[in-house]
Amino acid sequence: MMDKTLRTLTMGIAAVLLAAGPAAAQQKVKIGFITTLSGPQGVIGEYMKNSVELALDHLGRKMAGLDVEVTYGDDQVKPDVGKQVAEEMLKKQQVDFVAGIIWSNVMLAVAPTVTDAGKIMVGTNAGPHELAGKQCSELFFTTSWQNDDTPEALGKVMQDQGITDVYVMAPNYAAGKDMVNGFKRSYKGRIVDEVYTRLGQTDYQAELSQLRAKNPKAVFVFYPGGMGISFLRQYSEAGLRGQFPLYSVYTVDEISIPAVKHAALGQYETRYWSPDLKNPANQKYVSDYRKRYGKMPVFYGAQSYDGILLIDSAVRAVKGNLADKKGMIAAMRKADFASTRGKFSYNTNHFPIQNFYLLKTVAGPAGQDPVMEIQKTVFTNHKDSYYKECGMK
Amino acid sequence: MNFVLVLEQTLNGLQLGVTLFLMAAGLTLVFGIMNLVNLAHGSFYMVGAYLATYFTQLTGSYLLGVVLGLAGTLAVGVAVEFVALRTLYEREHLDQVLATFGLILFFNELVAMVWGRAALYTSIPDYLSGHVDLLPGLRYPLYRLVIIAVGLAVAGLLWFVVARTRLGMLIRAGASNRAMVSALGVNIRLLYTIVFGFGAALAGLAGLMAGPIYVVQPGMGELILIEVLVVIVIGGIGSIRGALAGALIVGMVDTLGRAFLKPALATVLSPAAAQAAGPALASMLIYLLMAAVLAFKPQGLFPARL
Repeated sequence: MMDKTLRTLTMGIAAVLLAAGPAAAQQKVKIGFITTLSGPQGVIGEYMKNSVELALDHLGRKMAGLDVEVTYGDDQVKPDVGKQVAEEMLKKQQVDFVAGIIWSNVMLAVAPTVTDAGKIMVGTNAGPHELAGKQCSELFFTTSWQNDDTPEALGKVMQDQGITDVYVMAPNYAAGKDMVNGFKRSYKGRIVDEVYTRLGQTDYQAELSQLRAKNPKAVFVFYPGGMGISFLRQYSEAGLRGQFPLYSVYTVDEISIPAVKHAALGQYETRYWSPDLKNPANQKYVSDYRKRYGKMPVFYGAQSYDGILLIDSAVRAVKGNLADKKGMIAAMRKADFASTRGKFSYNTNHFPIQNFYLLKTVAGPAGQDPVMEIQKTVFTNHKDSYYKECGMK
Repeated sequence: MNFVLVLEQTLNGLQLGVTLFLMAAGLTLVFGIMNLVNLAHGSFYMVGAYLATYFTQLTGSYLLGVVLGLAGTLAVGVAVEFVALRTLYEREHLDQVLATFGLILFFNELVAMVWGRAALYTSIPDYLSGHVDLLPGLRYPLYRLVIIAVGLAVAGLLWFVVARTRLGMLIRAGASNRAMVSALGVNIRLLYTIVFGFGAALAGLAGLMAGPIYVVQPGMGELILIEVLVVIVIGGIGSIRGALAGALIVGMVDTLGRAFLKPALATVLSPAAAQAAGPALASMLIYLLMAAVLAFKPQGLFPARL
């Protein structure tokens, strides 16, 4: 009797509070940004978060006159955690957009969660082929690339340079296999050996001894994160730098260069972006990032910066009417914003059609770390290899 | 597959084994004498690498950085034992695992807070870099030879301390029968602190030697810790001889497996099958070895309590 009244009262208060909640939501643009903020890979998330903050400040923290509120989430490199974080952002903070995600396996868990809830997902790094092909969705956009594009570009470089045989090394997991497959799609020469090492392995001396014994014309590797730093150091120390030209994807970047310094000199990589890409948006991004954070920005950051600008272009096109999903999607498809990579367009599967460049690590200004510079364009307006499997027009 | 390559891979295995031994010696002593499962041993490896890097940059001298790094890790080890681990000796292993796991998380975050999450730049001093032509056709990095030499020297030093000094006698007695040693009036607390600090310093030595060739970043200790646990299980807990034997065996098996398993498989299987099976099998090899050793000698190869 007393309990019943108390219970009814409590439920009544709760109902009133819940009803009052969403009413205020329409005044802001809410973005949920998921990346990795803990553990050794948290350094990548740091660059992405910094770039998001920089983009928001460049926009005056407003999109089409509405305040922007961003919530950051940590996926801890785990798909189930990423999915949980996304669900919390969708239900609790009721975000309008979810953006970010470094890892393909996390993306494959998070993207369907977001699109099934009817919200737009803006990926700013991972580009698994499933989302470019069969599982494409009109609510999914990416400001990065499709995973296979980068090794395809590098394979073409080595093919065009007339390198007759290549020694291939990568870690033994899904992305490692993908990189090698992408490489083999455009490189038609002889693969001397395909060596898969343990994920997280730190000592490559045994594999380097084998490599030297095989005497290839060139070496292609994919070693992201700490693995790349270890590998590069040991490659350099073993005296192999001068002996075998080293080509790689996602192994040397502005995050790892300060840790390896001169061991990275002469390294070739292919990328869609580089800090020295000459367009006004990029020059502003790079110089402001360096001024504010004291470091050279990296491609993870450039993609995240572009992600925020992409969202802004959509919000402006519908004049802040966030309920108009169709309008926002149509606006995003136009890629009508000043991207750090210059002008680009979107393919039917909402992956960019863009250029890929050959980068080389060269000595920086005196007393500073080496920098990566564009040598030439490898692909112009490159389309990924999976868009035909996507049903969208 | 020529003789020079096999010799080179043997040296690689020896170098990996020696690094593992430095870590395993400390861990096995702590486990054997103090009956303490210390998962945070990998954190001392990390702390040693970070402190040595920091002091080298601060003082500009590699040797000074090494000495200060070792002293710093010893101090950290003693502090951890005093503050966090004293209460754990009487508790059961699961409690110790939980507590030391918490220490791992603590140290990883501490290091990330002080030095940031990005990997640190470390370098080998000029007088230690470069290669040595051991045989015609066999060029080996000088730094790795130095690691082998230092590791073997430490092994010799440990043998001397354990076999020929009073402290070593107490350590051996403590590994056999802790209660009796305490009952005979030895300051068991001080012994524990010394052993723990020494073990931490050994791990720090492994870390600072490995730092310049591997990567110095938060969480670097956990990966090698797994291999070290395999080493002490194979070698026998509480025995330094076991740690040396186990470390050399694991180092050799792992290195030679990675190098030669796939080509060996390719002679009996198709190239595609060898391609798929080789790397997977090579990474499992040390665990298969551990299972095999445990099946025949459950106490390890050289158990301390005989």
